[in-house]
Order: sequence, then structure tokens, then C-alpha cells
Amino acid sequence: MPELIVYGIVLGSIIALGAIGLTLVYGILRFANFAHGDLMTAGAYIALFLVTVLFPWLDIPDTTFGSLSFGWRMVLAFPIVMACVAIAAILFDRILYRPLRMKRSGPVILAMSALGASFIIRMIVLILWGADSLFYRPGVLRPAIELPHEIKIRPDQILILVTVLFLVALLYLFLKRTKMGKAMRATADNMELARVSGIDTEKVIIWTWGIGGALAAAGGVLYGIDVQLHPGMGWHFLLPLFAATILGGIGNMYGALIGALVMGVAQQVSTAYLLPTYKPAVAFMVMIIILLVRPQGIFGGGRA
Amino acid sequence: MRVLEVRNLTSGYGETDILQEVSIQLHEKEIISIIGPNGAGKSTLLKTIFGILKPRQGFVRLQDEEITGLSPDRIVRKGMSYVPQVDNVFPSLTIQENLEMGAFVRTDDYRYRLREVYELFPILKERSTQKVGSLSGGQRQMVAMGRALMLDPKVLLLDEPSASLAPLLVEMIFEKIVDINKTGVAIVVVEQNARETLKISDRGYVLAMGQKVFEDTGKAILENEEVGKLYLGG
Repeated sequence: MPELIVYGIVLGSIIALGAIGLTLVYGILRFANFAHGDLMTAGAYIALFLVTVLFPWLDIPDTTFGSLSFGWRMVLAFPIVMACVAIAAILFDRILYRPLRMKRSGPVILAMSALGASFIIRMIVLILWGADSLFYRPGVLRPAIELPHEIKIRPDQILILVTVLFLVALLYLFLKRTKMGKAMRATADNMELARVSGIDTEKVIIWTWGIGGALAAAGGVLYGIDVQLHPGMGWHFLLPLFAATILGGIGNMYGALIGALVMGVAQQVSTAYLLPTYKPAVAFMVMIIILLVRPQGIFGGGRA
Repeated sequence: MRVLEVRNLTSGYGETDILQEVSIQLHEKEIISIIGPNGAGKSTLLKTIFGILKPRQGFVRLQDEEITGLSPDRIVRKGMSYVPQVDNVFPSLTIQENLEMGAFVRTDDYRYRLREVYELFPILKERSTQKVGSLSGGQRQMVAMGRALMLDPKVLLLDEPSASLAPLLVEMIFEKIVDINKTGVAIVVVEQNARETLKISDRGYVLAMGQKVFEDTGKAILENEEVGKLYLGG
């Protein structure tokens, strides 16, 4: 059981990267981005392309770090992938969602367009890489470190936790300390007032998509390192992402972080009693219970 | 000297004109008030001046520069600030952050201005790190005005600053408006609370059914029995 909780925290930290982006976008645009999980997929596969195709061609060495399952190739790929998906998320907004917003389309139209975007991403991945599960580095089983209470944890997983902590801390500092970060929080509070204060809200929206996309990409790559890559991976993340976001109070970044950890632990611990295939059902159950009992989320909503 | 001139302004929502050919003027260092019954078009007038609504006809000039139809974020850079009637603060941000957002378009060192705004509202300085959502109505109104003042505006537009405040606070807010005015800011106040507003106003305009029906000095309007009966509720 303690081991499952640790694995749950690892999974939860990956969910958090997606959920934070989802909640930021919702906070500013009141828009539920159903394509957010597939941005994670896109990130994972762009990293696969860099690590297994482009970097070998560029003669970047394939050595790994100590007992980790990856090396310089992945370290180099990580920021590039984050930037690529950030740009992709911004383009989706400019090409698809923004024109709909300008036309004052209803939430259903926007949700459907996001659903469409998610299909587009997934199908592109399917066309390019096929439907099989893939690995960044196939065939090698990594040794695990033994901790007390019979907890076995792989060095990869420790690094995943460290990376997520680092990214969340970075985002926290950005939102608290920088002018654009404060403007993002202000815009989430009250877009109309942000505009009459002279804040360029379009620029804020672009930043929000960029950050959301970059974090989702990071989450996708980390999941790929921890488990495997699959064209449907992000789509399957969508349910826990939304559950985590709602649990934490939609629009609330810190809530999304806590909600994600709760979802990760709940899903992993459930495997002690249920088949792992029921993990999405567990996420769905938690979401339904929250919606029934406390729809505003544990920490209340709307505040980044 | 004229700092704001509005001539023959017509605007509204959708197909209907709410405001019909309204003209007002604001001179340097003046406080003017726009009063009138509910639905007279007072707030619509402010929103149109500030570019939130696009006028169908007429023009707005700020310090002899035509600003008709410009977007609010452009107008704010030209030296005019606006405080909406409701939702006029960022509740999850601290007082200090609210004021910083007011200075968003400034690229210079605005710390001196922050000091001046805090001098105007000392209570805000004491609580500068507190979230605005936790403040009382009167303090929120001060944050809202402080935010608008961060740009050193020449003209300040206030939409019903005393709405939903307790009577004691109403008096305090009007005193603050006079204080702000003394620092050299010309002010347009839209108010339901007509008598209190007229007392601090140099001049006033009475709006009814989207049209300007009367204008005079604040004192004269207060003494005019007919206007009082018709538009100021007896």
C-alpha cells in the first residue's frame, strides 16, 4: 500500500502538469479545453521524434545518466518539446478558438471545436507512429531503489517528481512576481476591468495558452518516461485532468495541484482492489462524487 | 481650458439608441456630475466616452485630440481612467497588486505615484498585502479609485461611486473625490445620489430618456425646484 501511494504521487504530479494548464485556460477564457490531454500526447511524441530520429541523425550521444533511463538527448528534447507544444496551443487558439470567441459562440460550440482539435492531434499521431505502444528506450528494465516500508521507486520517478516540483515553483514565481503573471491573475479575476486598466488581454491569452501547452507537453513526456507512449494516452488523461481541476475548484491553480495528487493516489491505490483497467472509472467516480457533494471544489473556484 | 469635450454623442446596445445626441464639457480642475433617473443613459454615456461602447454618431475629444471609437486600452494611455460601477477591483489580488495593475501601461518608475495614492488612502497602505476580496465595500471603492489614479490621469470617470455603500461611507467617498480633484484631476461623476453629488460638483448635467434635459452649476440645479421635482425625486 505505501508503494501504491508513492506511485500515485508520481502519477498525480504528471496529472498536475495537465490540470494546472487546464485550470489556467479555464480561469481566463471560461473555456473547457477537451484537447488538453492530447496536447500531452503531442508533447510525448514530439519528444520521441527528437530522441529517436532527429538527435541520432545529429550524432548527439545516446549515453544515459547513471541509473536513469535517459540522457542528454532527452534533456535537450525537453525544453524544445515544451516550446513546440506551447506554439501549437497558441496556434490552435488563434486559428480555431479565437474566431469562435469573436463570433460569441456558445460554450457547446467551443467544446465541440476543442473535441475536434483533440481528434486532429490524435489522428496525426496515429498516422505518423501507428497505434502500438512505444517507449523512448525499449527493452531495458531499470533497477528500483528500495526504500523502507517495501517501497520500490525507480530513479526516473524521483526525477519526475523533482521536475514537476521545479516547473510548479517556476510557475508560482511567474504568477506572483512578474508583471505578465500578475496581469494573468488579474485577467482571470475580471477581464473587463483588465481591459479598462490598459492590460492587453489578447497578449495575456497567448501567454496562458503557451504556459498551458508547455506544461501539458512536459506532463506527456514525463508519462512517456515513466510508463509508455500511446496515441490515446492524453485522451485517457482527460478524465483525471478534469476531475483534478474540479476537485481543486475550477480556475484555482493550487487546487488543481492538490486535486491532481488526490486523483493520482486514488487511481493507483484502487489497483490494490480493482483491475487496473478500472482506473478511469475511479477518476470518473471521484469526479461525480465531488460534483454531487461540493461542486465548487474543495478550495472554491475561480482564483488562480 | 477644456480637457474633455463630448459632442452630439449617440450610442446604445444592439439596435436601440439609449443615448441621443448628448453633449457635455469638462474643464480643467472641474468636477461635473451626470445625474438623472434610472435608465436615463448615464452609465451608457460614460461607457461610450471610454470606448467600451462604440458611438453611432458624435465625437469625443480629450485635450483637443479626437478619441472617438478608440478602444479602452488606447484611451487609458491618453490620460483618462474609468472606474466601473460594479466589479471594479481584482478580488484575488492584493491591494498593492491591484494598484500595480492600474499602472500596467506605465513603463517609467511609478513608485512615487504609488506613494501619492497611498497618501490619499492611508488605510490601503496599512493593508497593502491583503487580498481585495476580503475588504469592505468602502475600502474596495478606494482600491478601485486608487487603481484608476495610478496612471496620473487628466480625467477620471466615476460610475456611481457611492452605489451600495452605507450612508457614512458615502460621505467619506465624496470627500475622497474632492481630495482627488484637488490634486489636479478633472472628474466626471455619474450618480443616483444626486443631491450629495451636486454639492461637490462645479456643474451638473441632468439626463432623462437618453437626452440631456438640463445643465447648470451644481448649486443652481440644487436650488431649481422644478428640476428637483422632476428628476431628483422631490
